[in-house]
Amino acid sequence: MKYIDEFQDPDLARRLLDDIHSTVTRPWALMEVCGGQTHTIIRHGIDQLLPDLVELIHGPGCPVCVTPLEVIDKALEIASRPDVIFCSFGDMLRVPGTGRDLFQVRSEGGDVRVVYSPLDALKIAQQNPRNEVVFFGIGFETTAPPNAMTVYQAKKLGIRNFSLLVSHVRVPPAIEAIMQSPSCRVQAFLAAGHVCSVMGTGEYPELAARHRVPIVVTGFEPLDILEGVRRAVHQLERGEHTVDNAYARAVRPEGNPAALAMLGDVFEVTDRAWRGIGVIPDSGWRLSARYRDFDAEHRFSVTGINTREPAECRSGEVLQGLLKPHECEAFGTTCTPRNPLGATMVSSEGACAAYYLYRRLEITPTRTARTAAPAPTARTAERTATADAPLEASPVA
Amino acid sequence: MCLAVPGRVIDIGEKDGTRMATVDFGGVVKEVCLEYLPDLQVGEYAIVHVGFALQRLDEESAKQTLELFAELGMLQEEFGDPWEQAAQAGGAPWPFTDDSDDSDDSDDVAQEATRQ
Ligand code: SF4
Repeated sequence: MKYIDEFQDPDLARRLLDDIHSTVTRPWALMEVCGGQTHTIIRHGIDQLLPDLVELIHGPGCPVCVTPLEVIDKALEIASRPDVIFCSFGDMLRVPGTGRDLFQVRSEGGDVRVVYSPLDALKIAQQNPRNEVVFFGIGFETTAPPNAMTVYQAKKLGIRNFSLLVSHVRVPPAIEAIMQSPSCRVQAFLAAGHVCSVMGTGEYPELAARHRVPIVVTGFEPLDILEGVRRAVHQLERGEHTVDNAYARAVRPEGNPAALAMLGDVFEVTDRAWRGIGVIPDSGWRLSARYRDFDAEHRFSVTGINTREPAECRSGEVLQGLLKPHECEAFGTTCTPRNPLGATMVSSEGACAAYYLYRRLEITPTRTARTAAPAPTARTAERTATADAPLEASPVA
Repeated sequence: MCLAVPGRVIDIGEKDGTRMATVDFGGVVKEVCLEYLPDLQVGEYAIVHVGFALQRLDEESAKQTLELFAELGMLQEEFGDPWEQAAQAGGAPWPFTDDSDDSDDSDDVAQEATRQ
């Protein structure tokens, strides 16, 4: 157990691991949904400390990775306009669009600014009344409430030169899509703790029951992951499939009611395209009719976007747990953090970046078996089939 | 980006009709919106994501998490200069280091963060 001394409480880590080792009798595949969890797992070698019978599959939970190329291209086009101040979180700077990224837009003279909070972008709008200030609103259920509050504030304060380029995504429909895929191997989920801090656990019991899959709400620190795995494995071995909260210190069953109320006011559920995966029904949010004025896509008619994914990038399969990053031909050769082909290599939470950063370069023997027939979900079949052809703008609502 | 960092409330006030707090994240101090946790008090801990307090946290877990994040360099990742980080990741020197005429807010934010 070469990594275990690095754990914050090595004794507790050892006890959790012993429990997992003595409980497992059969092979199980668990998916950690959140990219933050993926990084903890790889960084601390948790996957290598677990029994061989327990496999961790990396899920789609990295907001930067799943933002569709088409939306990135729209961001690049808006950010290039001379009257626009384009504000974004720092980790979107190097996500490749078709041919360039926000970093390059700034070096070409675009006014791209990085903010810590969406409220900082609103402040910039107040200070620059002659400019249009656009905030890149990406993220899961954790990030959507702050962005919703910012739009609400803009409306309340009558700030007219502020808008949001929205690409928010929701986790439960992604879990649904993964379970519906014919090639799905996932038998239990470690749900993303911070998403549940906002949303609570109410969306999960129905999913767990219908797919007979244990869902354990899990934090993202090393011991949290071990405890999440331990509880999931106990359920699997007993043939149970319930929702279990292993992150009670930050997750209440009801979530954050104030944030939920604001989400319901500012956003409405819509179909969303996920980069590399395709459209997942009801998996996103867009601004509701009352706030449509603040929608950057309406304010700037961003047309003529012709998106082109690099054909060799297999991030869609990585995001669905069908392929491990180092099993991609381009991994570490034509695709590195310096020259990323896909967002999963550039994002600090992306699975490809985690594997690259922590030197997980070995090719597993199961490679051929697992990659022989990457059967995509029904709605992504068409997209995968035409991977070599330039993709027309996908229907992002 | 999805990282939520625990912080301790050191001061509470109001701005544009919004409840705001000054929050200490193991040495980095930032403004945080309290609208989603309106009854959070000075001295209490909460997990904070992109400038919003989202859920209360007990002191012990908060301190442990902060310690761990500091050890792993994750606080620097979260609060350091994002342009510099992006340039480093890309293996290129960031060409706008001499930004003294550019007194926009985002740079203030980044500088504030590195002044730990
Ligand atoms: S290694 Fe690069 S090319 Fe391959 S899936 Fe990951 S991001 Fe795409």
